Amino acid sequence: MTDVGNVQAGTVDAAPGPARAQVQVVPLRGLPIVAAVVVFVIASIAGNWLWALTFCHVVGGALWTAIDLFVGLIVGPILARLSVPARAEFSARFMPKMVLLMPTLVLMTLAAGFQLALKEGNLAPGNPNHVWLIVSYCVVGVMAVIALGVLEPANITVLVEMRKQQPDGAVIALLMRRFIYTSGIIGVMQVATLIIMTRVATQ
Amino acid sequence: MRRYPPIAQLTVGSLALIVIGGILMASYVPRPPPLAAPAALTAVSAALALTSAVLLSRLEQFAWPRFFLAFRWALLAYVISAGVIGFAFVRDHTRGAPLALVVVMLVIFALDVPVVIAFTVARYSSPPHAAS
Repeated sequence: MTDVGNVQAGTVDAAPGPARAQVQVVPLRGLPIVAAVVVFVIASIAGNWLWALTFCHVVGGALWTAIDLFVGLIVGPILARLSVPARAEFSARFMPKMVLLMPTLVLMTLAAGFQLALKEGNLAPGNPNHVWLIVSYCVVGVMAVIALGVLEPANITVLVEMRKQQPDGAVIALLMRRFIYTSGIIGVMQVATLIIMTRVATQ
Repeated sequence: MRRYPPIAQLTVGSLALIVIGGILMASYVPRPPPLAAPAALTAVSAALALTSAVLLSRLEQFAWPRFFLAFRWALLAYVISAGVIGFAFVRDHTRGAPLALVVVMLVIFALDVPVVIAFTVARYSSPPHAAS
């Protein structure tokens, strides 16, 4: 069990009682699953398999969008109202999973989606979906910069901070605030993705 | 809290320019893209990344072991990511100068993300009272 202890005057003091378990930044048990997904995506692109590309794009995209919306618009505001120790406790269990899950879903969705669009002729200049797809690149681009440049470094730093003997509550609170705001922005941007993708699918 | 040079901001700026260049390139697929704008964005991005690296190398009393630990693992992850993206471009018959530009962009991407992750991790592990 991970016990993050009490936050007082900027530090998360080690609470008396059971010793804190090590927080694992990257859950190693998940790595074979990630490797299998990456190999499947590469094989789908290499083989240009319509079903596999559609599967990767639809399943990856649905999970990516749903998780972003849920985390950004439901979990984030709840987290913002929790005490710092409660946030830290939640993050210790939640963030390691996100560290593996989200980059894998993003890679799966984007790589398969690009190949699918090419195969279906949606990227041809005269295709009515072409403009919508470029708009979706822009939305994904903004999300990528926020996720890779702000959100992921903050998540990993929180996990590293919690591995310390004396985690600094002020650092965890600062970075968790960053997580709450950026995941909210990404959640809202995913609404744009939903509008674009349903337009593309119905034109 | 200790103040640092704008290493994270410069690196995220570099990443943003690469993303914009990538969008420009991808928006022309399957036609050959004009390279002037993406090449200019890549050059500015490389300059920002280089400036960030110079500022980073000048830091004293910084948690370098923690920086390199985070950097190594993040680099491995993002080299794989960049490799899959590069593979998709090669698979789609991108050749010559456009491919070379894509490779340079992917190299910057695969370095920028680990730098910003490792810097963020290490900055909060450094001695709080050290001079910047």
